[in-house]
Amino acid sequence: MPKEIAMPKLGESVVEGVIGRWLKAEGDRIEEDEPLVEIDTDKVNAEVPSPYSGVVYKLVASEGETVPVGGIIAMIQVDGEEETAPAADEAGKGDEPNAAPEVASPFGVGISAEVERPYSAREPHLYSPAVRRLAQESGIDPSDVQGTGAGGRVTKKDMERAIEARRTRQAPAEDFLGSAPFRGRPESIGRTAEGDEVIPITRMRRTIAERLLHSTRTVPHAWTTVEVDVTSLVKFRESIKEEFRRREGINLTYLPFVVKAAVEALREYPILNSTWEEDRIVIKKHIHIGIAVDLDDGLIVPVIRDADQRSIVGLARSISDLATRARSGALTPDDVSGGTFTINNTGAFGSVLSAPIINYPQAAILSMETITRRPVVVGDAIGIRSMMNLCMSLDHRVLDGAVCGRFLKSVKTRLEAYDSNTPLY
Amino acid sequence: MYTAKGVSRVAVKNIIETIRDTMYEEMAKDERVILLGEDVGVHGGVYNASQGLHAAFGSERVVDTPIAESSIVGIAIGAALGGLLPIAEIQFADFVHSAIDQIISEAAKMRYRSNNDFHCPIVIRLPYGGGITGGLYHSQCVEALFFSTPGLKIVAPTTPSDVKGLLRAAIHDPDPVIFLEHKLSYRKIKGEYPEGEHMLEIGKADVKREGTDLTVVSYGMTMHYALEAAETLFAEEGIDAEVVDLCSLLPLDRETIVESVKKTGKLLVVHEDNLTGGVGGEVAATVASEAFMYLDAPIQRLASPDIPATPYSPKLEHAMLLSEDDVRAAMLELARY
Repeated sequence: MPKEIAMPKLGESVVEGVIGRWLKAEGDRIEEDEPLVEIDTDKVNAEVPSPYSGVVYKLVASEGETVPVGGIIAMIQVDGEEETAPAADEAGKGDEPNAAPEVASPFGVGISAEVERPYSAREPHLYSPAVRRLAQESGIDPSDVQGTGAGGRVTKKDMERAIEARRTRQAPAEDFLGSAPFRGRPESIGRTAEGDEVIPITRMRRTIAERLLHSTRTVPHAWTTVEVDVTSLVKFRESIKEEFRRREGINLTYLPFVVKAAVEALREYPILNSTWEEDRIVIKKHIHIGIAVDLDDGLIVPVIRDADQRSIVGLARSISDLATRARSGALTPDDVSGGTFTINNTGAFGSVLSAPIINYPQAAILSMETITRRPVVVGDAIGIRSMMNLCMSLDHRVLDGAVCGRFLKSVKTRLEAYDSNTPLY
Repeated sequence: MYTAKGVSRVAVKNIIETIRDTMYEEMAKDERVILLGEDVGVHGGVYNASQGLHAAFGSERVVDTPIAESSIVGIAIGAALGGLLPIAEIQFADFVHSAIDQIISEAAKMRYRSNNDFHCPIVIRLPYGGGITGGLYHSQCVEALFFSTPGLKIVAPTTPSDVKGLLRAAIHDPDPVIFLEHKLSYRKIKGEYPEGEHMLEIGKADVKREGTDLTVVSYGMTMHYALEAAETLFAEEGIDAEVVDLCSLLPLDRETIVESVKKTGKLLVVHEDNLTGGVGGEVAATVASEAFMYLDAPIQRLASPDIPATPYSPKLEHAMLLSEDDVRAAMLELARY
């Protein structure tokens, strides 16, 4: 009897995966722990190893297919077990008591010896008559709409907001073109002219789009910025960066200093390390800092766990490790989940001011901008100082300007105090 | 304090003053208007609703009757057939049951059974409702008894402007009108009293508060609770409730109800009368039939429990009757659905 291979659960919140590429064909020999398939989820891509040695009996799911967690993707004829001819199954001879196939998880013990039944993503949605009527009238699929009702139900108001959001997004262009009243997508969408390049939307691009759209739609963003005089930090870093590189094998950037200053300020103002959960605000005990890493085809935000427990060197190592693995596609689901606050190094590409989008459901995001040497009033004189802007976006449902101002002042004070006396370890 | 719509000259009065002054004005203008009931004459009524009327209009027009409700209504029907415009006061709505046969089998059917030859322009004033520690015999809501009787009109206004406008409309209506007066509202509710010829149409509901998030349909004291709750919810939760005061129960203003629910998608019906067989059921059924595709939540009803009577113990009465807190909690739950 061939063993069935189920779609593994590649992270706590992951409910489905896409078959990226089969690494074996039907009939191929496979050893235990040898990679069988590449699975893409909205968080990571992962190679899934075979839990058995044997022969690939059947590839149930095809490449590109989305399969819920627990869904059967393949069958393996395990060595030493009786072979079953496919014809026997088709002839309906499987009526012996043990006919039900055993299902194994490629992750073996601990994850799921028993099949985890797919849920939520495949559950039928129940919509009120009002929601269904609005869906029909507008052409908006309620399953694309974020529900704010009881138990996440999509309400009439949610639909009305979605319709309004679409109208305000698209109406101005229509007005400008002076065309007929808006009835769905602008006519120009869906047509290409000669020479236009069409780029298919990758799963990562889609995920980025959905996450950011959700955040901008649901989170009332407010922005604030402070200027930080990092002259002494710059001098300090310049003086030790060569030695640091020799000793530690990695570059010492400004990012770990900013992370250090930010986590200390977060401990001082824990409300910034929180999430809005509709009927309550949850202040997170752990400080897990997300770091935005740009990739060739997108962006990913791996997480430094318990960042407040680490020294500057420890932070530098974590950042270097996460960035390296992000760029080689070797992050695990746990590396990209559980962040409580995000820091974005927009200065890395020369930006001096930005309005970052909050990494929902976190309450705030901080951008460190590029350091520029500028004439600055110092006392009663003008001096040339190394200046850096810190820009923050905040969820105004959770946070108000005053506490964010105090938080930023705390980060600023800490950064301005970094100098040759600052312990790295 | 309730404001009067579309009226310029106003004074502030409570409900009992409004009823008395409206009856006075109508009796002064039209000598066909008479008042009859227990202790309405020399004594001026147990709630002072007819204070001064006997002195002004005399024993022939302000008639003290025996303690016999069937007789009060029967005399009123006879007087109406004879060309008068009688107002029959039943001292407490709880006592109207003795007059049920006169009201349902005679007054309500007069026009129909005489093939339009006769009609019966009487007003039956019924002080009803609990909250005054009146116990079993002085607290009942009786509207459901008459609600299924075509041929009757039922009004239940609870602001001075609505009371005056509908009492005048009831007096001049050519058919029998049950005029429900909530006893708790008598001195509790104050508002602008429109001078002069202010008249409202029977069968029209009044949107007392416009809102977008849910519709509360009510009448009587619970309508006031809904209005207070709506203001609290708006201030504290940002929930914007629409409050529809039925004012008239029969005919029921289905159009206004349906229009409101089509806008908000959610309906809560609240009344002090008990749940089963109450006016709320008819409101709910109307919305289910005529606004189904606009509903975003199950229709909710909030009413007194189905128990035989209002208890006499103040604590038990308080526990049984709806409060503003109860109404607000139901509104909040529905808004969050």
